[in-house]
Amino acid sequence: MIGHSRRGKLLAVAAVAALALGATACSDDSTGSASGGGSSAAAGPVTITLQTFGGGKNFGYKEAVDKWNAEHKDIQIKYDNLTDQFEQVYWPQMIQWLQSGAGAGDVVGIDEGGMGLAKAHPEWWADLGEYGLQNRKNDFAPWKWENGVTADGKLFALGTDIGGMSLCYRRDLFEKAGLPSDRDEVSKLWPTWDDFIKVGHKFQDKIKNTKFVDGTNTLYNVVLVQEAAKNGNVSYFDKDNNLIVDKNPAVKTAYEFAQRISQEGLTAKLRNFTPEWNTGMKKSAFATLGCPSWMLGVVSGDGGAGPEFKGKWDVAAVPGGGGNWGGSWLAVPKQSKHPKEAAMVLDYLTGKDAQVSVFNYAGNMPSNLQAQQDPAVQGATNEYFNNAPVGEIFAKSASALQPVFLGVKHAQVKNAIESVVSAIDDGSVPYSQGWQKLVDDAVKAAG
Amino acid sequence: MSLHVDAGQRTRAPMPPSRRHVRPGPGRSFLTWLDLKAAPYLLVSPYYILFLAFGLFPLGFTLYYSFFDYDLTGTVEWTGLGNYVAMLDDPAFWRAVVNTLAMFVIATVPQMLLALLLANALNRRMRGQLFVRLGVLLPLVTSVVAVAVVFTQLYGRDWGVVNWILSWFGIDPIDWKAERLPSWLAIATMVDWRWTGYNAIIFLAGMQTIPKDLYEAASIDGASRRRQFWQITVPMLRPTMIFVVLNSTIGGLTLFAEPTTFYNGNVHGGTTSQFQTVSMFIFEQGFREFDYGYASAAAWLLFLLILIGSAINFLLIRRIGGNK
Repeated sequence: MIGHSRRGKLLAVAAVAALALGATACSDDSTGSASGGGSSAAAGPVTITLQTFGGGKNFGYKEAVDKWNAEHKDIQIKYDNLTDQFEQVYWPQMIQWLQSGAGAGDVVGIDEGGMGLAKAHPEWWADLGEYGLQNRKNDFAPWKWENGVTADGKLFALGTDIGGMSLCYRRDLFEKAGLPSDRDEVSKLWPTWDDFIKVGHKFQDKIKNTKFVDGTNTLYNVVLVQEAAKNGNVSYFDKDNNLIVDKNPAVKTAYEFAQRISQEGLTAKLRNFTPEWNTGMKKSAFATLGCPSWMLGVVSGDGGAGPEFKGKWDVAAVPGGGGNWGGSWLAVPKQSKHPKEAAMVLDYLTGKDAQVSVFNYAGNMPSNLQAQQDPAVQGATNEYFNNAPVGEIFAKSASALQPVFLGVKHAQVKNAIESVVSAIDDGSVPYSQGWQKLVDDAVKAAG
Repeated sequence: MSLHVDAGQRTRAPMPPSRRHVRPGPGRSFLTWLDLKAAPYLLVSPYYILFLAFGLFPLGFTLYYSFFDYDLTGTVEWTGLGNYVAMLDDPAFWRAVVNTLAMFVIATVPQMLLALLLANALNRRMRGQLFVRLGVLLPLVTSVVAVAVVFTQLYGRDWGVVNWILSWFGIDPIDWKAERLPSWLAIATMVDWRWTGYNAIIFLAGMQTIPKDLYEAASIDGASRRRQFWQITVPMLRPTMIFVVLNSTIGGLTLFAEPTTFYNGNVHGGTTSQFQTVSMFIFEQGFREFDYGYASAAAWLLFLLILIGSAINFLLIRRIGGNK
């Protein structure tokens, strides 16, 4: 019964999607409610479930998936963004599904923080080499490609987006505060983080109800990846998977910066990727946000600031130079019943056309080199961000991005550390004890 | 109806008296045995089979693995009492225990008193009795998560209604999720909003079993309503109270959904576990850190905690009313 009605629904979805071709994209709701209809086809289409995470437009696949579903009657993609929290919700759940052999989708997204563990468990994944994806090697920077290969040489994941770094700001509020609002002039305001903090005080002297930054967590991560690049491209673990939180100067510098912006009252005390943080964007609780390319989709999506603030945000250079925060991969779990079709979908989603579509729809910078070179990416502007030339901002630096090494237990340690970084901001851990607690909790999480 | 007719006919029908004394044949004896001895067990067995599969087996399984260092993505090693020893020395565990007990007390004490008073009020004659009594149960019908989501909004730091109302009285905004006591209060109100009505209805059912003549006699003797309530209603309600309190103890000590939803579905319960309960601690250890052995040990300690809590409450309630 269930299978039958689902099949009917899928046919209906496909039919409606086909009807809507060329017209405006139809929302999930309208297609979902148009169920029923005659299901005459004998063999139903194969459904490939795509599981992702992230706020706002998350992986940015909406338009690419709609296009695929309209063109492929036999293979339909079900795009399921599970949560906006990777370390706390998505990854632990995914590990259970992978370990127990049931529950995971056919194509699943993995954040960089999970790749260490994913690589250490080749038995979880289908071999993409079996489906001819070895020939995709030249599409990716060597580090992005190699991170999708297990120690025993099995290709299990292909890159989707990469981080890149910028700083988003509210141009309307900058104007109100008597600061320059043009993106080039704003970039010139803050060559260093010290300058950034000075601008923050100037801003808050003028604007009472808006803080300069969201909270400690976002910029902590921005500074961490910048500093990691200066310290051998390692953050919480060295390349032998030893915990180096207390020894890596990058962590200490990032923590001290987080403490400083909190102590100087520049934060709205909102933890990123929480409902309060989303509401904060809608209520103009903060004026700037550390923005890796994928953050643009988070801000512009309905869950984030949303359409009301279109044109009010803009993108400037980040103080202290570039960095690479975030970036994900797609993999096919071994438990998938349709690994061949799943690999086809994965191939499509990481391919040039889909990646260009992702960049234009959400802003996530493609890791696919062909997509990066594509004029539609290079010359792209983002309407939501006041037509900022995002192609130029992110694509220019994309080829120079360095991967930061992340250990097997990175996700757990990151989660523990970010709790402390948030706790100094909400006052539940005194500044004087913050660093010690951060180190202690990291040791415990890694143990 | 037909049953009655049948029964009537059977009594009228002449029963062969000899039947009872004749020893039945072997085949018949099996059927009789089946009917008399086995059938009752067969009839109650579905419950026990389910209990065995979903109650007793997991219980034993958990106990077994609480003696192991069991990492979902890694090793399984025997550690004996290692998990228990480590846990008794783990400040995170004790923090969760304190949170749980504090929230239990903050939630349950006012809840019991309120439910009792509410039941007493509902026990009087009034217009629209059924409507009012059902109305009290309404909060129970809403889903826990919906309740928690709404209350989480009410208790928002920046844009919550509660802080807005407090601001009328010149009280600075409270960060309900960052400070320990406020977070406990917030969660306790969620629990009470949902369960007070339910407990009131159970109390009401208990009150209706108290014979009316007791009250009449007391009235004739000149006892006030207040006195009747404390001297008749409360002592006579003791069995009901034991049930309600034990139920609340179990519910309160295994609190999970409200505090989890209060922190956006995150079982850490606040940046420094301000309101992480023991159940959340178990979940975090088992399904976030993947330390199954440690989580199992914590589950058993929670079980002990509930036994102790129930025993204390049972003894306390038994003393209500003094006599007997």
